[in-house]
Amino acid sequence: MYTIISELSRWAIPVVLLLIPLIAFLRGVKVFETFVEGAEQGFHTAIKTIPFLVAMLVAISIFRASGAMELLTGFLSPVLDKVGIPSEILPHAVMRPLSGGAALGIATDIIKNHGPDSFIGRLVSTMQGSSDTTFFVLTLYFGSVGIKKYRYAIISGLVADFTTLAASIIICKIMF
Amino acid sequence: MVNIIWLAMVILGILVAGYNGNIEVVTKAAFEGAQTGVKTSLNLIAIITFWLGIMKLAEAAGLVQALAYLVRPLTRFLFPSIPPDHPAMGAIVMNLSANILGLGNAATPMGLIAMQELQKLNQRRPDSASDAMCTFLALNTSCITLIPTTIIGIRLLYNSANPTEIVGTTIFATACGMTLAIAVDRVLRFIYNQQGR
Repeated sequence: MYTIISELSRWAIPVVLLLIPLIAFLRGVKVFETFVEGAEQGFHTAIKTIPFLVAMLVAISIFRASGAMELLTGFLSPVLDKVGIPSEILPHAVMRPLSGGAALGIATDIIKNHGPDSFIGRLVSTMQGSSDTTFFVLTLYFGSVGIKKYRYAIISGLVADFTTLAASIIICKIMF
Repeated sequence: MVNIIWLAMVILGILVAGYNGNIEVVTKAAFEGAQTGVKTSLNLIAIITFWLGIMKLAEAAGLVQALAYLVRPLTRFLFPSIPPDHPAMGAIVMNLSANILGLGNAATPMGLIAMQELQKLNQRRPDSASDAMCTFLALNTSCITLIPTTIIGIRLLYNSANPTEIVGTTIFATACGMTLAIAVDRVLRFIYNQQGR
């Protein structure tokens, strides 16, 4: 199973890179010129995201380094213990929408300490695989086109994160 | 909303650091955060430029349009405000497919193209997210990953007896998140539009 999956992801991009220019060429597209024309906006798009990413990452960085993160998880864990949610996964759940790298670090740490085949190890794997870095994606995508008013996008993003978390816990309790 | 979250993170962070007696970490953390932001954007230049070129080729060859045509029944339901032949549709579909396959570094540039196309349709208030943008981001952040490659790799690294056993639970959890995200998006869209926000 794992070999099939890793082979698939190894081949996916090369195959796309082979097929797209080839089909374009066969359909009479000037491949080199068209590529350059598309690539032209790349620099501008990336540069435009800088102020938005800096603003968001500064806030996240301060929040985490100050110990406010731990305070929040410490405050929440007694409540979660009562409903049978292991408090070890809480830092991951809180960090996941904020920072993909940090969440992956926490997940790795949990898997290392509890083992990948423990209940907590499987749960944190499911949580890591099924969710995304909501704040980062919102900041990056909206920032690239200069959107400043996010309207209800944050609420639906966070509702999705929370649902995914609850669903991960429920399905892992049933399956493992 | 984002204003409040941002302010709360900064203020709470500074207050907690002050209370803990390690106020100096705030300065360091702020500059480190800024540095990460700039570095991430600069790293994106190469990959975005590259994928924008490939996307333009796919568009010129009619592949993006063909893909958009295939999933039209679904996108019509999800994005009623986008004309079915608009390039935004193709870019959205490309972004979601890359997410599903777990190709993180290809998904981001395609998402940015989708946003640019959506922004072209967003004439009314260019600094405010359109309905379609909110739906797109709800789908994107909750998107189904069929192959959570990174975490499978880590499980393998720590000698799991069955590294891929979490694929099923991941698909279930992500499907729940996605369904509710779409539902909440619909409800909030209605409420916000009623209030003219």
